[in-house]
Amino acid sequence: MLELKNVSKQFNHRQILNKMNLTVNDGDAIAIVGPSGAGKTTLLRCISGLEKIDSGEITMDGEPFDPYTNRDNDRVIGVVFQDFQLFPNLSVMENITLAPTLVLKQSAAEANQAARQLLDQLALSGKEDIYPYQLSGGQKQRVALARALAMNPKILCYDEPTSALDPDLRHEVEKIILKLKKAGMTQLVVTHDLEFAEHIADKIKHVEAL
Amino acid sequence: MDYIWQIMPSLLSGVKMTLSIFLLTLIGSIPLGIIVGLGRSSRFKPLRDILGIYVWIMRGTPLLLQLIVVFYGLPVVGIVFQRYNAALFAFILNYTAYFAEIFRGGLQSIDRGQYESARVLRLSYGQTIRKIVLPQVTKIVLPSIGNEVINLVKDSSLVYVIGLGDLLRAGNVATARDVTLVPLALVAIIYLLLTAVLTFAQRRIENHFSYFK
Repeated sequence: MLELKNVSKQFNHRQILNKMNLTVNDGDAIAIVGPSGAGKTTLLRCISGLEKIDSGEITMDGEPFDPYTNRDNDRVIGVVFQDFQLFPNLSVMENITLAPTLVLKQSAAEANQAARQLLDQLALSGKEDIYPYQLSGGQKQRVALARALAMNPKILCYDEPTSALDPDLRHEVEKIILKLKKAGMTQLVVTHDLEFAEHIADKIKHVEAL
Repeated sequence: MDYIWQIMPSLLSGVKMTLSIFLLTLIGSIPLGIIVGLGRSSRFKPLRDILGIYVWIMRGTPLLLQLIVVFYGLPVVGIVFQRYNAALFAFILNYTAYFAEIFRGGLQSIDRGQYESARVLRLSYGQTIRKIVLPQVTKIVLPSIGNEVINLVKDSSLVYVIGLGDLLRAGNVATARDVTLVPLALVAIIYLLLTAVLTFAQRRIENHFSYFK
């Protein structure tokens, strides 16, 4: 369980998050919705450790937890970026296995096997040896998802997962998120698409521009 | 024809000097250029500024002058170099600055998102640079590096000013002695051959990096 209490963050004297509270139970799929500029992405970036919070408290399973400095491999917060940010110089396989081998110290065989399984589940079999520029947008997103999942994250965050995709692919993303939910994955989805949010989420968190 | 064979040995020994300055300068200045380029894009402002001044001086004064300063000027403050070492020192210092600027440009063209996705995957800074940033930067900077490398072959002819005998000097000596332009024509041909080899190598390396976009 991840809990945020009174989390605030400002950039250049502009308050983006003001005393934000959020509880994420294990296995939850939570959608964070709100208009552009409301701080949805900032909230996600604070949770995933890309931004340092100014004040407030974050706990994981009751213990204090600072995502910004956290290096604990049992408490990885995975992120699927809006523009995916695959590594263009690495093949699909290498994108997925890079961190598990370097960070989790998995053997190459172990990491490859886990990656193949993920690719299989995400309908990406056969794409192991090609490079990101050869993939479609939806495929890139699924590789980004596989790459995040390969680190066995505690929580998986998505930043606007539908915005870079064709409208008909939205349904595919929904299916994947629901499938992962069934498998017990805790997920946090930032989106401005309310309908999409209602389809996937147990709980919807509204953030308003300050 | 006989004349050509007659002067060839002296030209070739000049080539040896040219190539040795060329190769050792590359070996020294490319890795240093990467390091200085990383420093130039660091978040630590004093480091950025100091390296900025260094780059300004190196690019802002003629290489010929730098050679003279290193060989004739530094002994005044007690730093004495052999001719050859002075040449290498000046060339590496100068080319590092140019390479650093090229690498800085390449580093800045890498999307911040690449660092962020590496960060959420828990890669260390070193791992991120080695596995993700440098391969991409290398591909981006190759054309500019190739340009500098070809410049370096010709710039190496400046070592004559501190009394080293390179290819151009060998040609000059023969021209002055024998009152003919043939040696200089040969010198030009040899430079062109060297450049052709480098151009070919550059194309091969660029092709090697065409596997990703």
